[in-house]
Amino acid sequence: MGEKKKKIVKTIKVDVDKCNGCRACEMICSAFHASPKYSSNNPARSRIRLIREPLKGLYLPVYAGEYTPAECAGRDKYVIDGKEYDECDFCRASCPSRDVFKEPDSGLPLKCDMCEDDPPQEKPLCVQWCIHDALTYEEREEEVEEEVEQEEMEIGLESLVDKFGLQKVMDTIARMSQKGENSKAKEEV
Amino acid sequence: MRYAETGFNLEIDLSRGSIERVATDPRLTELHLGGLGTNAKILWDRVPPEVEPFSPDNLLIFSTGLLGGTPTPGANRTIVSTFSPQTLLMAYSMMGGFWAPELKYAGYDKVIIRGKSPDLVYLWINNDKVEIRDASHLQGKGALETAELIREELKEPKAQMAAIGLAGENRVYYASIEHGRSSASRGGIGAVMGDKGLKAIAVRGTKDINIARPDEFIELCNEVLQYIQYRAENPIKGVPPILAGIGSPQEMAIDDEQWHTTSFAWGNARHRRKDFWTKEIEEQWKKTQEKAVERLISCHNCPMKCGAIVTYPALGVSKYMMKCYSKLTYTMAAMSDLDFGFRIAGHAQEYGVDGYTTPQVMAFAVELYEAGILTDEDLPGFPSDNEERFFWLLDRIVRREGIGDVLANGVYWAARHIGKGAEAYDRNTIKKHEQIPIKLGMLNPIYYIMWSTGEKANITQIEGQLPQAPFPTRELREEFVKDWIQVPDEKFKRFILDWGEPGTSFPDYPSIDLICDLVDWQETMHYIDDATGVCAGLSSFPLKPPYHIHNLPNFISSATGIDIDEDGLWEIARRNRNLLRAINVRRGMRRKDEKPPEDHWRKRFPEYEAKLLDEYYKFKGWNKEGIPTKETLDNLGLDYVSKDFVERGILTDNEGSLSKEASA
Repeated sequence: MGEKKKKIVKTIKVDVDKCNGCRACEMICSAFHASPKYSSNNPARSRIRLIREPLKGLYLPVYAGEYTPAECAGRDKYVIDGKEYDECDFCRASCPSRDVFKEPDSGLPLKCDMCEDDPPQEKPLCVQWCIHDALTYEEREEEVEEEVEQEEMEIGLESLVDKFGLQKVMDTIARMSQKGENSKAKEEV
Repeated sequence: MRYAETGFNLEIDLSRGSIERVATDPRLTELHLGGLGTNAKILWDRVPPEVEPFSPDNLLIFSTGLLGGTPTPGANRTIVSTFSPQTLLMAYSMMGGFWAPELKYAGYDKVIIRGKSPDLVYLWINNDKVEIRDASHLQGKGALETAELIREELKEPKAQMAAIGLAGENRVYYASIEHGRSSASRGGIGAVMGDKGLKAIAVRGTKDINIARPDEFIELCNEVLQYIQYRAENPIKGVPPILAGIGSPQEMAIDDEQWHTTSFAWGNARHRRKDFWTKEIEEQWKKTQEKAVERLISCHNCPMKCGAIVTYPALGVSKYMMKCYSKLTYTMAAMSDLDFGFRIAGHAQEYGVDGYTTPQVMAFAVELYEAGILTDEDLPGFPSDNEERFFWLLDRIVRREGIGDVLANGVYWAARHIGKGAEAYDRNTIKKHEQIPIKLGMLNPIYYIMWSTGEKANITQIEGQLPQAPFPTRELREEFVKDWIQVPDEKFKRFILDWGEPGTSFPDYPSIDLICDLVDWQETMHYIDDATGVCAGLSSFPLKPPYHIHNLPNFISSATGIDIDEDGLWEIARRNRNLLRAINVRRGMRRKDEKPPEDHWRKRFPEYEAKLLDEYYKFKGWNKEGIPTKETLDNLGLDYVSKDFVERGILTDNEGSLSKEASA
């Protein structure tokens, strides 16, 4: 068990009744996380996704959470206010059973980082662009167990390890760094 | 690298079943931006004037705008262009929604369709994978129903869909292309899609769009979002509620319909009901709207909630989506009430017909029947109940059954086919196309020019930004111009300040020079939007919009890296405007076609109207026939057009020099 510690927890409150289904959150999220910042946009790279099924009355923004190597057994249905949701709709995981919260090119998992920035953003960008307040930002103090935050690269590597095995990933990285050294050496010659 | 656009078009030949991804010339972006501008260029180059709309050689182009799919708020329009079976001129209609951005994410700026498929097919564009798929099982299905069925079939809930209904399949001259809460309805483009044997285009994309100068660009986007919020809290004072905000007219949110119901014409563009809006009606309509509207919804990356989920069943679906004004077009054409409007509009949308033209055609038929021109022989089993008559006619039009086959060509062609004096009932068409029905007293010279010379077949795509009537008091006028940053020139503020003072009434006010400037400004802003794909509801249409001539050049420059200033943007819009006109001129459009509906104003002034046209043509650099002169075309880099015109004898060198004198 880790040590208990007070911590500011950043949260986004989602009010599905206020969502107008415009996907601005997906747009600005993907633009913010482009490199350089705002240099491209692509909703498929967004760390928030909007489930939008107008005829079924579904407007559900969901944030990317932890990566998981295995799919779960849950495929239940929830009926809320007469609207039927898939259990998976609410799930934040980047998981093998579906293509959401994955980089479209590499398949590497995506995770919401609350738009960490320097200087810090007042609120995550999706909240800033949701002018109807379907998304609002809240900070609250909580006692949490201290846990080392996984870096983005670590999450990505973990998924590769799950897919190919640790040894293969290590070999590949070794080979790649070797190649890098070689080409550098050639340039110097 | 290309910025804002993808640099690729998708070329589909349905006769040969071929699919090609073709790189586009970046120079064309600099000359025409994109959207309507580049569509017009393609149609000029590739569709000669002899090509009939229902020929395999006619092209049907689905285009994104230059800014479409970027984070530019409200840049989501799909611009569909082809040649209209009804007007025989270039038709283009646009729709909001999510389709065009998705096409960009799939890696294409346009889908260009030529040829004809022998069997009904649909197109599935999934990034680099593009397939022509069998659609025989979708024959006769409603537009929204088709979209849902294809999504299920492809197991791709995120695919965006543009589909036709039965009307498009049966080549009804005013068939629409439907896309959920939006539709591209004008000019019969859905009939061309049906003629090509194309039931739907499904698209899904997961690629990036690049921005040239990200920091500058995102700052502009943030400013627009802030201004949208500011305008939500600061409606324009002194105008009816429907005109006070921004967006498409907020028909789904607002239930006060006094302005539309008392200013616009009912029936076959005939009756004005100035005393219609009573307390009783107000309460009843409010209840109907509350029952009908389940939720207000938006288009891609736009905070405006111009559309709604409507809880009325329609054909194969239990609910449908509506935007803007179609709740009133059927209501008013049938002299009925709002509940009827919601009931029939859903059916009409599933059949895929234009919500402006269709009610007009049906009101025309009812009037002909009442006048004895159409008889029980023409309309066997025609119901006696008025509302039932409209459903009856709709069912027959979309199937081209009996009289429906004649009415399916629209009022202009039907009137001439029926004869027996039916032409006199064709009182609301321009260039063979039905307009929004309005009947007013005094000629409005600004609108006279817009209605006459517009080639967009819809006044809402020509007008905008300018108050439609003088403000009642000096204080309101001063308040309006105080923060009117959108104007290109201070003289427009002076006009608004003076308008309403004694001696400032139509038709002699304002001066013709100013009228030309006012029309040109309004029209130009639309031509810019049509090329960028920014919705007119945030730009060229409402009063004090977030986008205007002063910030649009910065949006385009920072997004694309092509440096454009206000003058440069204005010139591109003028180039696109003249190219569109040239396409129609090459197909025979002339001055005689440029007139408003006969009944539009009670007080008309033929000599003054002729002068208005003369002066506006001159202002635009067009000759007396409304044909762009050689000088105008050459100055815009459209010398290939003037060369063609001289070769065809449409222009002579002599004419070119004549108008030079005139414009000096």
